[in-house]
Amino acid sequence: MKKILGSEALIKSLLEEGVDTIFGYPGGAIMPIYDSLYSYQDKINHILTRHEQGAIHAAQGYSRVSGKVGVCFATSGPGATNLITGIADAQIDSTPLVCITGQVPSQLLGTDAFQESDVIGISMPVTKWNYQITSSDEIGEIISKAFYIARSGRPGPVLIDITKDAQFSEVDFNYKKCERIRSYHPYPIINDKKIKKASKLINKAKKPLILVGQGVLLSNAENELIKFSEITGIPLASTLLGLSAVSCDHKNYVGYLGMHGNYGPNVKTNEADLIIAIGMRFDDRVTGDTSKYAVNAKIIHIEIDPSEIDKIIKTDVAINADAKEALIGLNKIVQKNSHKEWINEFRECDKLEFDKIINKEINGSYDKLSMAEVIHKISEFTQGKSIIVTDVGQHQMVASRYYKFTEPNSNITSGGLGTMGFALPAAMGSKIGNPNREVIAVIGDGGIQMTIQELATISQYSIGVKILILNNNFLGMVRQWQELFFDNRYSFTEMKNPNFNKITDGYRIKNKKLEKREDLDKVIKEFIEFDGPYLLNVIVEKEENVFPMVPSGESVSNIRLE
Amino acid sequence: MKKKGLYQLKKSDNKIKEYTLSVLTEDKAGLLNHITIIFNRRKMNINSLNVSTTEVKGVSRFTIVVESSKEKIIKIVNHINKLIDVLAAFLYEEDEIYYQEIALYKLSTKIFLKGDLVEKIIIRKYGAKILKIEKDHIIIQKTGTKVGTQKLYDELKKFGEILEFARSGRVALSKKKRKTVNFIKQLEKTKSNKLNI
Repeated sequence: MKKILGSEALIKSLLEEGVDTIFGYPGGAIMPIYDSLYSYQDKINHILTRHEQGAIHAAQGYSRVSGKVGVCFATSGPGATNLITGIADAQIDSTPLVCITGQVPSQLLGTDAFQESDVIGISMPVTKWNYQITSSDEIGEIISKAFYIARSGRPGPVLIDITKDAQFSEVDFNYKKCERIRSYHPYPIINDKKIKKASKLINKAKKPLILVGQGVLLSNAENELIKFSEITGIPLASTLLGLSAVSCDHKNYVGYLGMHGNYGPNVKTNEADLIIAIGMRFDDRVTGDTSKYAVNAKIIHIEIDPSEIDKIIKTDVAINADAKEALIGLNKIVQKNSHKEWINEFRECDKLEFDKIINKEINGSYDKLSMAEVIHKISEFTQGKSIIVTDVGQHQMVASRYYKFTEPNSNITSGGLGTMGFALPAAMGSKIGNPNREVIAVIGDGGIQMTIQELATISQYSIGVKILILNNNFLGMVRQWQELFFDNRYSFTEMKNPNFNKITDGYRIKNKKLEKREDLDKVIKEFIEFDGPYLLNVIVEKEENVFPMVPSGESVSNIRLE
Repeated sequence: MKKKGLYQLKKSDNKIKEYTLSVLTEDKAGLLNHITIIFNRRKMNINSLNVSTTEVKGVSRFTIVVESSKEKIIKIVNHINKLIDVLAAFLYEEDEIYYQEIALYKLSTKIFLKGDLVEKIIIRKYGAKILKIEKDHIIIQKTGTKVGTQKLYDELKKFGEILEFARSGRVALSKKKRKTVNFIKQLEKTKSNKLNI
């Protein structure tokens, strides 16, 4: 067999795993790999970002819309450490990634060599698995393990660090796909007794509520979930990351849970007599005060990761399984039922929320445009069919509330970690991952400046993302908290921003500024219909608050409408 | 036989007790760090930790002793079980295991020669043994529980200064009838490696 370099063996391994897109940034310790990649440009599309954080967020966006494992490359030292925020983000939001980092030659490990950092040590708490390759013989086996681990069970990020000598030395390459690791059991064997026990609770519940998490999307269980809800008649509420698993216009869908979610699903959590949580982890932004959460309810928790069961909320029936597998099991034995009156109670809540909040938000009652009316307009214009990529803050909560998703895998956001700067690179990854769909990045004036350099990547590769800045010249969510809980002391939240349109001109990307309400329809139409990247800088009301709101650490029953 | 999987708490239990974790792992560099940061993240102190090879080639055993509430330690055990290279983590209370520690005591030979200390205290009462006698010092060895080795320490101290003292971490085996090699074979055969739908 003809020997090849370790660096080429790496590229061939990626091809064996079906990789066709890589986001990355070269540097000294990963140069052999980039040199090998040069010969495979017909098979692999490499996107050169402008910062390693951009590369990893792009890989996250790519993975979240396509369901494939996102891949990124970075060099040693600062290249590798710049990935860490994205890795932590992918870990907490269960996104499958394989990150390849170059490393100094193995004989220099531990010597403080140029651009050496202990990336294995640094990334240990934020990766699903990591490994340092110091010999070219290991490359095939380790890469196949990396992909198996990243994508199976509860997905997550894997980091593989490869020393430069391992890239440079020769190897007999043969590739065998990893199918099992004896210490790793990603798909727990379903316990039929638990399914039966759960179905009994479901059949007799008077006020049951389904909480839909991202696990439903990750296991492609959308259809089984709808079937489950339609047989049992149980209303569906979604977490932030579960959004778009259920179409917002489904008759049993009752809205979005959590701190800035809808009124109904939050208050009704404490009236429900049964909570069926599917692929979600009872984040504190969903539960508020856990001692006053779901006080009247029995809890069924369907969850693939055993360490999530009983972590926050004690369960009555824990089904440790893949969401789809569990739902298939339940659908076979649950009784046909209907909960019309119970669902009507949610509709009453919707009316109250509309009268108190939504009506004035979307119908132009402020001097300037409100964030909600812009998102509402986009939602109507795109019929809820676009992929919405959001950053972190007020605009994120508004987009989650007012965009009415109708297709799955359409809400890409940094949920668990809350990473500002996520949206712009994640949006370009999303567009590359699913080029046939409209991708709209919704970003605040704070967040865009954290990764604004990626406009260059968007420009170079002409990635047709739409970028919407909801610009209030404030770090709006922090300002809102300062107003409500810190006595209006606006400590370092006001921003004197650059001229975003001039900056975008510099990157040769089409752009416009929108200020007047009468231009809204026309400009949104132009923005959406334009073929290619487009940045729209919308000047919105400066001191708008996002309501409803469950104040931090309080019960979901204390949700405030004003 | 308990598979790698899930520990659940039956009812809320906040009493602080001593727990012993026995963790079977692949023999992989860096795993010690991976396991200890799980404790560190939750600000839990480890009382004793021992890592050794087992009767199965390539498999290591970590024995970790902590004081904790059951609620807290179960979350930690479930998190350790989640680590890719961990074969299984088992949680034990004191009455579920056989366990021992070993202690070494270095004394000056002069003290040792005082009267009938050796026979009465060291050998007969504590079941300790003399490992080495040198011109200026002797080494005594005792295995037992932490309480037992500490008692001997306190007793020896009454006769004069102890030059050096070292105590190992706990090693423990469960009272259950389990053969590690069979357990590993069982892990190798489970169908939880892929989705079965």
